[in-house]
Amino acid sequence: MSTVEAELPTQGGGAGAEAHVRRHHFSFGDPLFRWFTIICAATVALAMFLLIGVLVKNSWFAIHVLKLKPLTTVAYNPSSNQYGALSSLFGTFVTTLIAMVIAVPLALAIALLLVELVHPLVSRVVGTAVEMLAAVPSIIFGMWGIFVVGPLMGNHIEPWIQSTPLGRLPLFSGSPIGVDVLTAGVVLSLMILPFITAVSRDVLKMVPTVVKEAGYGMGSTTYEVMSKISMRYALSGIAGAVFLGLGRALGETMAVAMVIGGNTITIPHSLFQNGTSVSATLALRFGEASSKLETSSLIELALILFAITMVFQVVAQLWLARARRMTGNRA
Amino acid sequence: MSAPARAAGRPPLQARSVARRRLVNTAITSAAWLAAAIGIFVMGWIVYTVFTRGIGAWNLAFFTQLPPVGNDPGGGLANCIIGTLVITFGAALVGLPLGFFGAIYLSEFGRAGRVATGIRAVTNIVLGVPSIIAGMFAYALLVLPRHHFSGFSASVALAFIMLPVMTRTAEDILNLVPNELRESALAMGAPRWKATLGVVVKAARGGLITGAILAVVRVAGETAPLLFTALSSQYWMGGLKGYIGGPTPNLTKTIFDLSQQPYSHLVQLAWGGALLIIVAVLGVNVVTRLLFQRGKEW
Repeated sequence: MSTVEAELPTQGGGAGAEAHVRRHHFSFGDPLFRWFTIICAATVALAMFLLIGVLVKNSWFAIHVLKLKPLTTVAYNPSSNQYGALSSLFGTFVTTLIAMVIAVPLALAIALLLVELVHPLVSRVVGTAVEMLAAVPSIIFGMWGIFVVGPLMGNHIEPWIQSTPLGRLPLFSGSPIGVDVLTAGVVLSLMILPFITAVSRDVLKMVPTVVKEAGYGMGSTTYEVMSKISMRYALSGIAGAVFLGLGRALGETMAVAMVIGGNTITIPHSLFQNGTSVSATLALRFGEASSKLETSSLIELALILFAITMVFQVVAQLWLARARRMTGNRA
Repeated sequence: MSAPARAAGRPPLQARSVARRRLVNTAITSAAWLAAAIGIFVMGWIVYTVFTRGIGAWNLAFFTQLPPVGNDPGGGLANCIIGTLVITFGAALVGLPLGFFGAIYLSEFGRAGRVATGIRAVTNIVLGVPSIIAGMFAYALLVLPRHHFSGFSASVALAFIMLPVMTRTAEDILNLVPNELRESALAMGAPRWKATLGVVVKAARGGLITGAILAVVRVAGETAPLLFTALSSQYWMGGLKGYIGGPTPNLTKTIFDLSQQPYSHLVQLAWGGALLIIVAVLGVNVVTRLLFQRGKEW
């Protein structure tokens, strides 16, 4: 650089002087720009810590007064100061479990189709159609769930399940109403399907073609290449995709609140009964909270939900990072 | 990969019946097609339901009048449409620039360094925060201390959801810009900031605009963050004062309230609102995707 500067004046004093002035100005502008972008990038982290701080501060009253009681209480009854979290937690886990049981096999099958079986053009069209499902807002799923899926479940599918041998299980007892835990799980499964599909597809795409071709060269069928080579190669990434979907399902609010019948806060005895989930309890109760203790205890419930989803998010990110490392892909 | 690699105890593939392997393969392939068909069918079913039930609510009154009082007939969602636009715009005003410059740090300066890796990890995690928690955050931060609901607090909740979406999308797009472009700009004597904004960002502007639009559309249809922040309102928003100082009308929360009503004309109004949201969200998604994919081929 210094040799260039030394030569500049011979080309004309004016240009050299200008270049010198500019360089001086820029050496000030670059660090400024860099720091500005760092501050913008760090806002996310600051907001996250602020969120934790604010939630802890506002739930402190309930934590102080109720101690660990909500975690061992089923009943939710503000008039007798009972703010049990168990019913909500139970509903969250059951709906999430139903959703995962339905969504994971479907998502993996669609990912297999998109990566291995169809022409890239078809794959893009089908992939976009499934991704569009992720763009449909939660409230629309909720309305569709309550006015279309609910009656269908209550009038046809649930009576049919009861007429099969499965109907003898206590899990499927009671009179089918359609607004219940099972319907919530089914609607939830369709909402998380596109997320699991998209991430598994991307992960399966990272499997090197050479490895798969070696499998085909040995005379393997598509399924064998998929299950014995691609799936094993991409296992940690698929685990990440599943945990990502799990995190989404745990926190999904509107659709579940509308379909699960969350006004009755109890632990249901059958999948065909009303229940509630953490997010549904928050959505339906928080606006009507009448005392400082109830508000605080609901914020505590939000804090619990936040902590649970964070655990699954972190696990998902760790698995996905591992998958990227293994396939040598940069973030 | 020579012969000993096969000596793993299991029988070689040839030992199994070819017919059975083919059968399993066909079954799995058919199952994959069926799964994709289910996904597409559900998508079509939802759009069909919303369209057939909502189109009847669309008339002049729907776009120009206030919601009906009590169970009066008629009325519209004009105030809610304006409210949703204002709340979303407020969120975009904060979320998009922060996300954009944050992405510039991650892709241009931080790269694989320790600070950037940490921020990237936190961003990914915030991406997974349930939207109702974002609403609770804005409630506890802005509504509780000031003792009144506001559209502004809803914008803050939505900005919190939008920020990580914008950051990650923009970073992915900036990473696609070839390094040669950065090197040539710097070789020409451009300072870093000028090379970034004038060359790298300019090269990626199509993708960045798409990412920004999709990030905005994503939060526009959110309901849960508005439940305890914007609440809802029967009346016009009342300008900036109404936006900052009181419950602000919005589409999604109003749809939620109307859909719980026992009167069919109110439920139909809710379907009309749902149709408006789905047309806007899916329409913008499809159009921007088409534009962006054409841009990629250039």
